[in-house]
Amino acid sequence: MGLLRSMKGDTGGLVLLAVLALVAILVPVLNLAVPADNPWHVSTFTVTLLGKYLTYALLALAVDLVWGYLGILSLGHGAFFALGGYAMGMYLMRQIGERGVYGHPVLPDFMVFLNYTELPWFWHGFDQFWFAALMVVLVPGLLAFVFGWLAFRSRVTGVYLSIITQALTYALMLAFFRNEMGFGGNNGLTDFKDILGFDLTARTTRVALFVISALMLAMAYLACRAIVTSRLGRVAVAIRDAEPRVRFIGYRVDRVKLALFTFSAMLAGIAGALYVPQVGIINPGEFAPLNSIELVIWVAIGGRATLYGAVIGAVLVNYGKTWFTGVFPEAWLFALGGLFVLVTLLLPKGIAGLAGQMRNLRRRRGEPTAPLPDTATEATP
Amino acid sequence: MTERSGWARFQEVIRRDRQFGLVTEEKSLALLADERSERASLMRQSWRQFRESMRRDRQFDFMVAWKDLELDVSHGPILYVEDLNVSFDGFRAINHLNFYVDAGELRCVIGPNGAGKTTMMDIITGKTRPDSGSVFFGQKIDLLRLSEPEIAAIGIGRKFQKPTVFEQHTVFENLELAMAGDKRVFPTLFARLRVAQRDRIDEVLCIIGLGEQVRRPAGALSHGQKQWLEIGMLLMQDPHLLLVDEPVAGMTHQEMDRTAELLLSLAGRHSVVVVEHDMDFVRSIARRVTVLHQGSVLAEGSMDEVQNDPRVIEVYLGG
Amino acid sequence: MPLTSPLPCRPPPRWLALWSLGLCLTWSLALAEPLAESLLMSSDDSATAAAPADRRPVAEPTAPAPPPGLAGTVDPAPPDAPAATTLPELAPAPATGPALATAAPAPADADDAAAAADLAAALAALTDRSFAVKEQAVADLAASGDPRAADLLKALLGGDLQARASDDRVVLTRRHGDGFALTDPLTGSDLGQVGRREVKRIVVNNRMRTALRAGIARLTLASPDPALRLRAAQETLTAPDPDSAAAMRERLPVEDDAQVRVLLQLGIGVADLGDPEPAVRLEGIAALAGSLQRPARNALRTLLASETDAEVRAAAQAALADIERLIEWNRHAQTLFFGLSLGSVLVLAAIGLAISFGVMGVINMAHGELIMLGAYTTYLVQGLLPNAIDWSLLVALPAAFIVSGVVGIVIEQTVIRFLYGRPLETLLATFGISLILQQAVRTLVSAQNVAVSSPTWMSGSLQINPVLSLTYNRIYILLFALAVFAVLLLILRRTALGLQVRAVAQNRAMARAMGVRSARVDALTFGLGAGIAGVAGVALSQLTNVGPNMGQAYIIDSFMVVVFGGVGNLWGTLVGGMTLGVANKLMEPWTGAVLAKILVLVLIILFIQKRPRGLFPQRGRAADA
Repeated sequence: MGLLRSMKGDTGGLVLLAVLALVAILVPVLNLAVPADNPWHVSTFTVTLLGKYLTYALLALAVDLVWGYLGILSLGHGAFFALGGYAMGMYLMRQIGERGVYGHPVLPDFMVFLNYTELPWFWHGFDQFWFAALMVVLVPGLLAFVFGWLAFRSRVTGVYLSIITQALTYALMLAFFRNEMGFGGNNGLTDFKDILGFDLTARTTRVALFVISALMLAMAYLACRAIVTSRLGRVAVAIRDAEPRVRFIGYRVDRVKLALFTFSAMLAGIAGALYVPQVGIINPGEFAPLNSIELVIWVAIGGRATLYGAVIGAVLVNYGKTWFTGVFPEAWLFALGGLFVLVTLLLPKGIAGLAGQMRNLRRRRGEPTAPLPDTATEATP
Repeated sequence: MTERSGWARFQEVIRRDRQFGLVTEEKSLALLADERSERASLMRQSWRQFRESMRRDRQFDFMVAWKDLELDVSHGPILYVEDLNVSFDGFRAINHLNFYVDAGELRCVIGPNGAGKTTMMDIITGKTRPDSGSVFFGQKIDLLRLSEPEIAAIGIGRKFQKPTVFEQHTVFENLELAMAGDKRVFPTLFARLRVAQRDRIDEVLCIIGLGEQVRRPAGALSHGQKQWLEIGMLLMQDPHLLLVDEPVAGMTHQEMDRTAELLLSLAGRHSVVVVEHDMDFVRSIARRVTVLHQGSVLAEGSMDEVQNDPRVIEVYLGG
Repeated sequence: MPLTSPLPCRPPPRWLALWSLGLCLTWSLALAEPLAESLLMSSDDSATAAAPADRRPVAEPTAPAPPPGLAGTVDPAPPDAPAATTLPELAPAPATGPALATAAPAPADADDAAAAADLAAALAALTDRSFAVKEQAVADLAASGDPRAADLLKALLGGDLQARASDDRVVLTRRHGDGFALTDPLTGSDLGQVGRREVKRIVVNNRMRTALRAGIARLTLASPDPALRLRAAQETLTAPDPDSAAAMRERLPVEDDAQVRVLLQLGIGVADLGDPEPAVRLEGIAALAGSLQRPARNALRTLLASETDAEVRAAAQAALADIERLIEWNRHAQTLFFGLSLGSVLVLAAIGLAISFGVMGVINMAHGELIMLGAYTTYLVQGLLPNAIDWSLLVALPAAFIVSGVVGIVIEQTVIRFLYGRPLETLLATFGISLILQQAVRTLVSAQNVAVSSPTWMSGSLQINPVLSLTYNRIYILLFALAVFAVLLLILRRTALGLQVRAVAQNRAMARAMGVRSARVDALTFGLGAGIAGVAGVALSQLTNVGPNMGQAYIIDSFMVVVFGGVGNLWGTLVGGMTLGVANKLMEPWTGAVLAKILVLVLIILFIQKRPRGLFPQRGRAADA
C-alpha cells in the first residue's frame, strides 16, 4: 500500500499513530468497562475533552499541510473549521424536530423566535445526514477553492495572503453574527439532541464520537503523509522555498497551491464537524481571527512541516489551556502570548525539532549558532 | 485490437528476456509497469484529443491552438524578439530590441551592467511583461500570451544568475522535480519514478558530476555545485531553448572548461543562449556574440568582429 | 415598554428590548430636535442665505424706512403707528386681537411718564381674577415696548411675579430663606421680605402662556442684542401665531442682522400660508422656498394637507420638493463627512503600521495594543489632572507618544530584532505580545472599559445649517489625522532620520555600507511607528470606548488600509484609509453597518487579487527582489 510506504522513515508519525491507536482502544475501555469509583476510570467528561483535542489536532494537521509544506500561513483556517461545524450543526438542529422549546416540527427554535415562516433555502437537505456530511467538506472546500483561485492566480503571497485570509474569517464572523443570515446569529446553533438517532448525551455516543475522531485523525494523518511524500509534496516544498523557480521548471504553482489549500480546508471542515457534536454548540465566535492565529501557534509549537508535530502541539497547548483556565484563568493569555514569542524566537522548529536542535547545540558548543533557515517566508515587500 | 496485441507482445518479450536471464525479475516488473502507464497515458491523451475535436463550437480555434503549440522552426530562427520595449518607472530597460536565435545555435550575449540582458530573459520566460513588442518561439508560438509554466512546458529552460535550487531537497529530488513530464497536479500526486527516468537522472548526475552528492540536500552544496545542479535541472527539462545566465560565476577554471564543453555539446540538438561576463569563457564557446547596450543590440557577429567594433570598445572601455 | 409586544406570551427577546429602546430614542430625538435646532443654531444658514435675500415681506412697501441706528439703540417706543395701523389689514388678526388694539393708542410721541403709568396699570390688572382681564394686561405689557416689559413677562411666565397678599400689589419675588424677598417690578426698589404665605400666585392659563411667549418674543425681537433677537426669532418660528407674525412684520423693516432677517422672513412666510388669499399664500411659499428650517417644511406640509387652490398646491409641492432635494444634498455632505471621519480614524490607526510594515517589512500585530496603550495613557493623564480636562489631551499626546514609543522600542529590541527577514514569524511573535499587553492592561487597570472624558472644546457640534451639523470631536480628529500625516511626511522627507529610514528601506546592505547604523534606525523607526500608534490612541479615546480589547478592533482594519493603499507609501495609506472610510459610510444606508463592513472586506479581498500590491505599489526591480 502506498499509504504504508509513505510512513517509512517517519518515526514520529509511527509513534503518534501507535499512541493514537492505544488511546482509541484504552479510553473507551476505561470509560465503559471500569466502574466509576475505580481510580483507572476515565470520566465521560474527559472522553469528550480528549475528543475535542483530537478534532483540534485534525485542524492543526490541516494547517501544517499548507503552512509547513506549502508556506501558506493561513490565518483563516478557523473559518473552514467553523463552516464544517455549522454544516454539522445544521444537521443536528434539524434532528431536534419537535423537541425544541417551541415545538415547531420543521423550524429550529431560533427561527420561530425570529418569526421565520418557512425554512430558508439553504437549510433544505440538512435533515439528511449524507447531505450534511457532504456539505461538511464541500462548503469549506468550495470557499477555499474560490478564495484560493482568486488569490493564487494573482500571486498574492506571504503576509498579504495571511492578512486577507484573516480578513476572510473576520468578514465571515461579522456575517454570522447577523440574525438575518439565518444561522442563529449571536447564539449560534445549540441544544442538540441526537445524531443519527443516538442520544448525544449518552456515554456510548460520546465514546463513539471520540473513537471516530481518533480514526479520522489517523486517516487524515496517513492521507497528508501520502501527499507530502509524493512528488506533489516535493513540489509543494519547492514552492515554499523558491516559488518562482518552480514556475520556471513548468509546474502550475497556482494549481498546486489551490489543490492543497482546498484539501486542507476540507480537513478543517471535517474537524469542525466532529467538534460540534462533542462540545454541543457552534457560534460565530469560532470565526474569530484570534482562534485562527492561535491554531497556527499550535503548529509552530509542535513543529511545522512534520505533521505529527502539529498533532502534539494542538493537544499540548489545549491541555495547557484547560489546565490554566482552571487554575490561573488570569494567566492564560500571558502564557499563550509568551508561547508565541518564545517559540518563534527559540524554537523555530518546535517540539518536534527540539531533539535535533539540542544535538546541534551540543555538537557546536562554543560556536555561535547559525541562523536557522527561514523556510516559510516570501520575499519581503 | 492492435493496442492489446501490442501489449501482449510486449509482455511476451519481457517474459522471454527474463527466462533467458537478460533482465532481473525486479527490472522486468518495472519495465512492464512503465509500459502499462505509458500506454494508459497515450490512451488518455488520444481520448482527450478526440473529445476536443468533437467540440463543434471550437473546431476552428482548436485547430489553430493545436498548431500553435507545435514548435515550427522551418524558417530557421527558434526565437524571434522584435521591437521590444519595457521600462521601469521611466527607466527604459529594453529599448526597441530586435534579437533572433537560430535553431541549434549557441549564442552568447554580453553587455555592461544594466544593458537589459536579464530583463530580456525575464520577458522571454514570462516573468516580466513588456510594454510593447513581440516575442515568438518558432513561427507560431506567441510567448507573450503564455505564463511561466506554460513557457517552460513548451521547451524553454532557464538557469538563473543567482543559482536557485531547492535547498531542502536532495540533489536527486531536485533533478526529479525538474524532469520533463506531465506536471499537472494529479499526475504529479500519483507520479512514480519509472526506470527510464531513473536512468536519465543517473545519466545527468554523471554529466554534472554530483553522483557522490546525490542524497545530500542541495542547500549543503557549494556555490559551484549549485551552478552545476541547476544546469543539471535544465538538462532534465530537456528544453528546445536554454537560457543560461552567468553559468560559470564562482567556478574554477577546470569547472569552467567542463561547462564550456557541456554547452558546446548541447548546441545543435538544443538552442542555447548564454549571458556571461567572463570574456575568456565567452571566447571559448562563442560562435556568434550579441552585444547589448542600454536595452538594444549594439553589435552582433563573431567574437573577433565584436571585439574590434569601435562602438563596443567605447562602451566597455570609454563609457 | 412603549408598545405592546407582538409576542405577549413569551419572555421579551433581546431584540425586542433593543427595538423598544431604539424607538424611545428615536421618539425623544424627534421631540428634542426642534429644540436642539433652535438652541444649537449659531452659524450662518448658508442654504437659506442662498435664497433671494431681497425678497421683501408684504408689509414692507407700506412701512416707512426705519430711522438709522434705531436697531442699535434702545427702542422704548413700539414701531410707528402707521405700521401698526396697516397691519390689521394685512395680517388676519382675530377679532380679539388685543395686542394690536392696544398698540394703536400708544403714540410714538408718548412721554415716559404716560408709558410708566400704562405699565403700572397693566401690572395692577394682573391681579384680577378674570383671565380675560389678565390677558389684556399681558397684551398691554407686551405692547408697551418698555425695556422692562420683557423681563416682567418672563417673570410672570416663570411664576416670579406674584401679588402681595396684604395689598394686592404686584411684586417681583425671589426665594429667600423660608420666604420671599420682594422688589418693585418697575423700579427695582427693595420691598422687604415676607413669609411664604404672604404672597399670592398669579395664575396663568395656557392661553395666557401663549400670549406671554408671543409678547416676550415680540419684545425680544426688538432687543438691542442681535443674539437675543436671533433666539427670539427662532422661538417664534417654532411656534408661530398671528401675534408673533405681526411682531415679525413690524421688526423686519428695521432689522439689520442678516440671520435674524432670514428668520423673520421665514416666520412671516409661515404666517402667510394661513392667509385666505391665495396670492398671499403664494408669497408665503416663495418666502419658505429653499429653507432648511424644520418649521418651514412642516408649514408647507400642513398647507398641502388642506390646500385646495391648484396653483398654490403646485407651488407648495415644488417648494417642498426643492427643500427635500437640498436636504438630500446635505445628507450626502454629512455622509461624506462621516466617511472622511472614519477614514481619518483608519489613517491614524494604520499610519504607524504602514511605517513598520513598509520600511522594515515587519508585521506588527501588537499595533492595536500600542493604540490601546495611548488611549490608556490619556485615561491616566486625566486621572492625574482631574481639574484640567481641557488641557489633558495636550499633555496626553506627548505622553502617549513616549509610552507607546518606548514600549515599541522595547518590543523591537527584545523580539523583532531577532526575526528580521521573517515577516510571518514577526507576525506570530507580535501577536503573542499583543495578547500579553492586553492581559497586562486587564490585570493592572481593569477588564472593564474606562471612561475618558472629552474636553469642552471638543464637545458640541458645528451647525452648518439646520440639517447639517458636524461634531467638533470628529472635525478635530480629521484635522489631527491630517496633521500627523503631514508631520510624518516631513520627518521622512526632511530629517536625517527620515533619510536613513528611506535608505534602509530601499537597500539595507548598501545603507549599512554607507555607515548608516541600521539597527539603530530600525529601533527608531519601530519606535516612531509605535509612538504614532500611541498618538492615534489619544485621538481614538475621544471617539470610542477605551478598553483592553480596543486594539483588536482596529488591527484588521488597519492592515486592510495598508494593504489596500500599497506598502511603503504613506500617500497610499492616506488615500486608502479615506477611500475605505467613505466607501463604508456610503454603503451603510443601503446595507447597514455590519454588512457594509463585510462588503468592504470582500471588496478589498477582490481588489488585492486585481492589484496584489495595493493602490500605490512599489515598482521596478526593487519590487521584484
